Amino acid sequence: MSEGTLYDKVWDQHKVTTLPNGQDQLFVGLHLIHEVTSPQAFGMLQERGLEVARPDLTHATVDHIVPTADQSRPYEEDAAERMMAELEENVRDAGIEFSDPTSGNQGIVHVIGPEQGITQPGKTIVCGDSHTSTHGAFGALAFGIGTSQIRDVLATQTIAMEKQKVRRIEITGELEEGVEAKDIILEIIRRLGTEGGVGYVYEYAGETIENLGMEGRMSICNMSIEGGARAGYVQPDETTYEWMQETDYFQDHSEEFDQLKPYWESIRSEADAEYDDVVEIDAGELDPVVTWGTTPGQGIGIDDPIPAPEDLPEAKQDTARRAQKHMRVEPGETMNGYDVDVAFLGSCTNARLPDLRRAARIVKGRQVADDVRAFVVPGSQRVQEAARQEGLKDVFEEAGFEWRNAGCSMCLGMNEDQLEGDEACASSSNRNFVGRQGSKDGRTVLMNPRMVAAAAINGEVSDVREMNEVSLA
Amino acid sequence: MSSEDSSGDATEDIPAVEYVSGSGVPIRGNDIDTDQIIPARFMKVVTFDGLGQFSFFDLRFDDDDEPKEHPMNEERFQDASVMVVNDNFGCGSSREHAPQALMRWGIDAFVGEGFAEIFAGNCLALGMPTVTADHESINDLQQWVEDNPDGDIDVDVAAETVTYGGNEISVSVDRAQREALVEGNWDTTALMKANEQSIQATADSLPYL
Ligand code: SF4
Repeated sequence: MSEGTLYDKVWDQHKVTTLPNGQDQLFVGLHLIHEVTSPQAFGMLQERGLEVARPDLTHATVDHIVPTADQSRPYEEDAAERMMAELEENVRDAGIEFSDPTSGNQGIVHVIGPEQGITQPGKTIVCGDSHTSTHGAFGALAFGIGTSQIRDVLATQTIAMEKQKVRRIEITGELEEGVEAKDIILEIIRRLGTEGGVGYVYEYAGETIENLGMEGRMSICNMSIEGGARAGYVQPDETTYEWMQETDYFQDHSEEFDQLKPYWESIRSEADAEYDDVVEIDAGELDPVVTWGTTPGQGIGIDDPIPAPEDLPEAKQDTARRAQKHMRVEPGETMNGYDVDVAFLGSCTNARLPDLRRAARIVKGRQVADDVRAFVVPGSQRVQEAARQEGLKDVFEEAGFEWRNAGCSMCLGMNEDQLEGDEACASSSNRNFVGRQGSKDGRTVLMNPRMVAAAAINGEVSDVREMNEVSLA
Repeated sequence: MSSEDSSGDATEDIPAVEYVSGSGVPIRGNDIDTDQIIPARFMKVVTFDGLGQFSFFDLRFDDDDEPKEHPMNEERFQDASVMVVNDNFGCGSSREHAPQALMRWGIDAFVGEGFAEIFAGNCLALGMPTVTADHESINDLQQWVEDNPDGDIDVDVAAETVTYGGNEISVSVDRAQREALVEGNWDTTALMKANEQSIQATADSLPYL
């Protein structure tokens, strides 16, 4: 078992007791909720005559179903309107703060928590959403939970969990221009497998991670779950503290910043911490990674050949065959030149300001290919507004991108933004599962945001390193 | 597990699940994700009622909603209550809609090579075991189910065995899952609510509250 890691320390700090079933009961420092997974939990609570224990530690947003084009109420789609109305009623009755679309603070749940400063190092954070692992970028212990567990948290502000093993993933080497945090995590998942992290929490460390900004760290932690790990984290450091200091919360409570910093420092993994496993990865050799298949583990460098199923481990062969049939790719080909119909720049993985900035530098002065639908869906209203003020909105629109309002959008196709038929999509999101983007025949190619920009311009998956970036100034 | 069981009283008795028995349905393939089990477009609902019919919808129905070839569309598997799956079943999103849909379709237990963690946790919260065995044992069991669609599979959570047609295989059940199911304390709300004082004490000890 691990010892002396951030995971061990934050766990112990929040442990209430050990339950008769052997699980630990953990206190939850922040409970984030959204419209898709919470209504049933509020229903269960009501059935039992229970109340929300700590509305003050609960925060709501709407993201999955929210339309990104016309947001006037009632929403055009009845089902979406019903879910929104239900959420509004639940948060009103319980007295839960709600970053709703009229607040200017609305956005994807994993974008707004860090933005508002309620995501903090050393907190336990849960949400009925598997990408809650994102918040681990701040040195929080953050994991996705199911609806029955949401009920537990609403009713008690605690959760029953078993402690897991800790794998340290040490990343060294300097990233080549055009290669990003997204490529690192796609590479990790390719190497360790989509189930390689089951039973583990991932600690991302090493100089490459230390040199990343918070957004890059979030992209990596975000996709921990795609590697099977329910949580992933990065140790808090000066980069983290700088971010925290600039959030509303600590702008308003600067004295708390000084009080909390020693706690944040104290939870860092010890130099002699014990890990259950250690993996080392040299990121200096990475090319931009794209997926050829229908799981996030099926990634390759942009110029690498698509593997033959029979060359893969036996357990992966069948999945690979089905994936290649679905994607209509052949072993030996590369993904460079794969035709795309749609370019989606969005999601909790890659729709923060620096992501949009980098993509805009590729897009500026160029035009989206004729037969491509391209759109930008900022991760939050704040990102949207900041990007607008910087002129990014204009850059994208002049190039032929649609500029939308914040939400999950085509990451999962629960609103109007969906693939049609067998369209292929260059996507900055995190999942390429069959049907994920709203059409069961749709084809998703995951990549970093600059690569999405390049695909939009060229009408095919292409190497962004071969395109000049334009200064935005 | 009827809804009356869970109404009103927070300290109600939760039934123990030591044993699940019933005929099987084989779902083959590794890495079957929750987007397959229940596509997101069927999640625009505020209750789980009625999700059963949408289980594996895109694999079971074509564009015109006509049934395709799929075990869950076959007459002989309609009464199945034990789903036999391969590795990393239920990966992807945390949606409890996935096990809820399968439960409402009629599944009470899963036997497989491996399960994604959140999926297994969600199953536990519904009192559904997710027990695991090696690749070969699962393959054999899937084949047997194909040949014996009416045959009973007995999943013994306490003994960690699965028996079918005169065969017995030993399976692994996660320790906490076994305790919770066998002792009937898999519904953690009441269990945890009872610790109110310790919860408060922990909250008081946190530097950030
Ligand atoms: S953007 Fe995608 S992955 Fe992120 S929370 Fe929304 S649906 Fe989930």
